[in-house]
Amino acid sequence: MNVSHHPEPALLLDYATGTLADPFALIVATHMALCPACRREVAALEAVGGALLEQAPEAGEADVDQGAFERMMSRVEALPPEPAIAPLPAIDTATARIPRPLRDRLPASLDNLPWRRQGPVETVFLPCDLPGHRVRVLRIAAGRGVPRHTHRGTELTLVLQGSFSDETGHYLRGDMECANPELDHRPVADPGEACVCLAVTSAPLRLTGTLGRLIDPFLDI
Amino acid sequence: MFDGGGNSDLGGPCLDAVQGFMAAGDSPGREAPVASHEDDLLAVARQRDREAFRRLFTHFTPRLRSFLRRLRTPEATLDDLVQEVMTSVWRRANSFDPAKASASTWIFTIARNRRIDLARRKRPEVDLDDPATLHEEADGEPLPDEQASHGQMALLLRDAIASLPADQSEIVGLAYQRDMSHSEIASELDLPLGTVKSRLRLAIVKLRTAMEGLD
Repeated sequence: MNVSHHPEPALLLDYATGTLADPFALIVATHMALCPACRREVAALEAVGGALLEQAPEAGEADVDQGAFERMMSRVEALPPEPAIAPLPAIDTATARIPRPLRDRLPASLDNLPWRRQGPVETVFLPCDLPGHRVRVLRIAAGRGVPRHTHRGTELTLVLQGSFSDETGHYLRGDMECANPELDHRPVADPGEACVCLAVTSAPLRLTGTLGRLIDPFLDI
Repeated sequence: MFDGGGNSDLGGPCLDAVQGFMAAGDSPGREAPVASHEDDLLAVARQRDREAFRRLFTHFTPRLRSFLRRLRTPEATLDDLVQEVMTSVWRRANSFDPAKASASTWIFTIARNRRIDLARRKRPEVDLDDPATLHEEADGEPLPDEQASHGQMALLLRDAIASLPADQSEIVGLAYQRDMSHSEIASELDLPLGTVKSRLRLAIVKLRTAMEGLD
């Protein structure tokens, strides 16, 4: 099974250079856990960073002070050893298909999350310190849809389990949809299995269905 | 096939590194063969080799200084930052895998991650050992010449970076060396975000094409 919907190149580049803000870095890295092709792409972008470092001019820099080397070594050799890498925490079967780094952010097993239900959609918000942004895990009941909506900003959605379809295509595990303000869509989970997604939004969604337009001003989504 | 001998005009430390790399296995009779940075890192990882680390320190310290200075780094903290990066190189050398990256790429990622730490940000990372991580079916079969290909790729990249048009190389420099996101570059250069994105994308496509010249 191959992932066919990837993050746009600008997201991978900002991830590789280290400038991507946390909620976006979280969703990109979680996508990469499910997408060897994007891991290769980021490795290539890091190689560009390596080449730029190699080419960084030495001219104008003071000659390397060998005394500085000796001072650093005596300091470094006095440091305590690096802490051992903690073993992976045990995973229950419900959560086993959620890859790190997202899994480390979940406060509980997938079955025990404090889901908030609204019709066929259950939601858990994860902590997010980027102002105006929201990070949530969604669970859409099999065969059911999210209310039709458009976006005030960007919405990135990564499928973790199950699959969904909307006007733009069919999204399987590992696929990422990038919705911009122009997209008006109604994602529907495929029958057979609930669809679990990670979604990052830069502004609230705007409901656009007939009923949605009436209730939109009162919802916090 | 890449012809290493056809690039004798390149000169400089990069070529030394690659020649050292290539010479390491097949010309033991040469006077004072140059150890590649990759060999030196492995010697640090396996034997805690201080002389190998001294060579890495001498090579990378001035480059890190000029690379990191262009970030929004106060001069006073530059020495500390470079020292911390080199400290991590010494202490974490055993996580360097020459099949995955060249020494300079690995050191670039250490410097990048240190900068993220300093900004008190988290960096979400893939864990390749996580059972939920998906792998390619061909994973675990590294190409026999994969190590050499990183050295060759560095040369191809060096040429490709040098031949970027000025407007593209400026933006690539801002993205990698000044720690700026696409939207920060757009406001710094007073360009529309779309223009920044398309110039960067063009530049990256050129660099990626150059790297794929190896395949």
